[in-house]
Amino acid sequence: MTKAIVTPDENSNVVAQHPEFKTNRRDFLYLTAAAFGTVGAASAVWPFVSSMNPAADTLALASIEVDLSAVEVGQAITVTWRGKPVFIRRRTEKEIAEAKDVNLADLRDPQADKDRIQKPEWLILVGICTHLGCVPLGQKATDPRGDYDGWFCPCHGSHYDISGRIRKGPAPKNLEVPTYAFLSDTKIKIG
Amino acid sequence: MGSSNEKMKFDNPVIGWIDERMPIFTMLNREYGRFPTPKNFNYFWNFGALAMFMLVTMILSGLFLAMNYASHKTLAFDSVERIMRDVNYGWLLRYIHANGASMFFVTVYIHIFRGMYYGSYKKPRELLWILGVVIFLAMMATAFMGYVLPWGQMSFWGATVITNLFSAFPIIGDGIVTWLWGGFSVDNPTLNRFFALHFLLPFVIAGIVFLHIWALHVTGSNNPAGIEPQTEKDTIPFHPYYTSKDLFGLTVFLLFYSFFIFFAPNVLGHPDNYIPANPMVTPPHIVPEWYFLPFYAILRAVPDIGIPFTHIVFVGAKLAGVLAMFGAIMVWFILPWLDTSPIRSAVYRPWYRISMRVLVVAFILLGCAGYNPADATVAFAGFDTHIPWLWVARVAGLYYFGHFIVLLPLLGKYEPRVTMPPSIYDAVLAKKNKAK
Repeated sequence: MTKAIVTPDENSNVVAQHPEFKTNRRDFLYLTAAAFGTVGAASAVWPFVSSMNPAADTLALASIEVDLSAVEVGQAITVTWRGKPVFIRRRTEKEIAEAKDVNLADLRDPQADKDRIQKPEWLILVGICTHLGCVPLGQKATDPRGDYDGWFCPCHGSHYDISGRIRKGPAPKNLEVPTYAFLSDTKIKIG
Repeated sequence: MGSSNEKMKFDNPVIGWIDERMPIFTMLNREYGRFPTPKNFNYFWNFGALAMFMLVTMILSGLFLAMNYASHKTLAFDSVERIMRDVNYGWLLRYIHANGASMFFVTVYIHIFRGMYYGSYKKPRELLWILGVVIFLAMMATAFMGYVLPWGQMSFWGATVITNLFSAFPIIGDGIVTWLWGGFSVDNPTLNRFFALHFLLPFVIAGIVFLHIWALHVTGSNNPAGIEPQTEKDTIPFHPYYTSKDLFGLTVFLLFYSFFIFFAPNVLGHPDNYIPANPMVTPPHIVPEWYFLPFYAILRAVPDIGIPFTHIVFVGAKLAGVLAMFGAIMVWFILPWLDTSPIRSAVYRPWYRISMRVLVVAFILLGCAGYNPADATVAFAGFDTHIPWLWVARVAGLYYFGHFIVLLPLLGKYEPRVTMPPSIYDAVLAKKNKAK
């Protein structure tokens, strides 16, 4: 180890002057300059990184209103919200009973049906498979609806039940329930 | 590319004048003229030059495509169709570019196999190898983003599935995906940035290729014997021997490439990509381009990682699949240190030669598994049972990782040693005598 040149300083203590501790005033300058440089570079990069996040006009399209009056019991419609499909299903009494009547211990992502709905008749879900983002089938009467009478994702074979909960296949989570509110009995606002 | 002060004399006064001031001609002669190169290259050593040719072809054809392409979600699909129908020779430019991506991967996969089989990654060429892996990763990103640009169904859903991979990471995942998209789904901002990046990345690749070749010219090329050249008897000048061999190889390769451009331009693509992107409908069977299939199969093959026969899961299938898929390439970075054998070439490594061949079979099986739907089965001739492709992928995937992580370190210890020829010259002579 080379001997450090320590400038005698009235304020520095004996430890700092010992050659083993090579700290001196120049080190302090290096560190502060490096710290300033790092913070400066990071704050210069941030606007560029941030510009890739959703823009104000994209965010402005974040909520929609949907009229439900034309949807009959047992029917489902798909609406577009934030560029994604949203599934709105008016469930039958049988389907509601089926969704309630599930042992939560059997579920991969346990959640009771009542925590996923506001009115038992209306099931509202983001129609995006939680595996890798495909749109599950099951909205049309002719679609395959999987082993649990809900939705079936054709990409990698995930099965969802009539509450949109994952039952079988690679998806880790239940279909997402978007934020929504009933504006009246037949009108909802999503987002 | 080193700094040597010796300069050449040129008969042409203009070339002499330039070389006095900037010794570019001296450098070209040193690096590509009399550059001493092992005399025993086989045709595997053509593929670096072929990959370089493909990079230039892709940049040029891409530049002219960009002059007619509109990176907006309402215009992109139609602008590609306009290139196909109305732009003079637009069909040719597009077929050169679309099939060129496949050809680029063909050359690079063979180039990577060459490096593995003949141990080109070993000391002192580790950095050269690592730069190559970086190039491969940049190529994958570029190819993926390029495939999104025509904005067909496969473009859209491929982009959706691949960007969603990042959502597998806990906590930050969803934020990363929104950031990548610039919105809440793959949409116009995504298309726009992918076009910008697809234009930029090839030049980044060209930069790394420059470093790759720089590193190559410091160490010199490996060769099929895996022995360093020692005397002048082991080498020949690059020009005219390997320039002419590279040109011959290029001619043969162009025949292969032209077959696809002119006779089967869509055979490597997917018909669904001629349907405009529709965010509301997922095609029934999403497949990536062929060159991603082995990695896609690994992604799908990984189950929940936890304690068997219990509900305890440490890493969910989705995250585990994503980590395994990235890991399948990341393992190449540490390949020079996983392989502990002092012998480079598989020619003198009887066991490694076998394990490399099995690796190629496993990689191709993974590709087949990736091509088939997730729940498809395969029947082997003579057997009644149908084996799910998923299980084929799991076995092949285990071998893939096992080859690198388990076999390579063990082979270095237990593989029988073969007597090596003392030099390239002797290796060539021995081969010749054997042929007689």
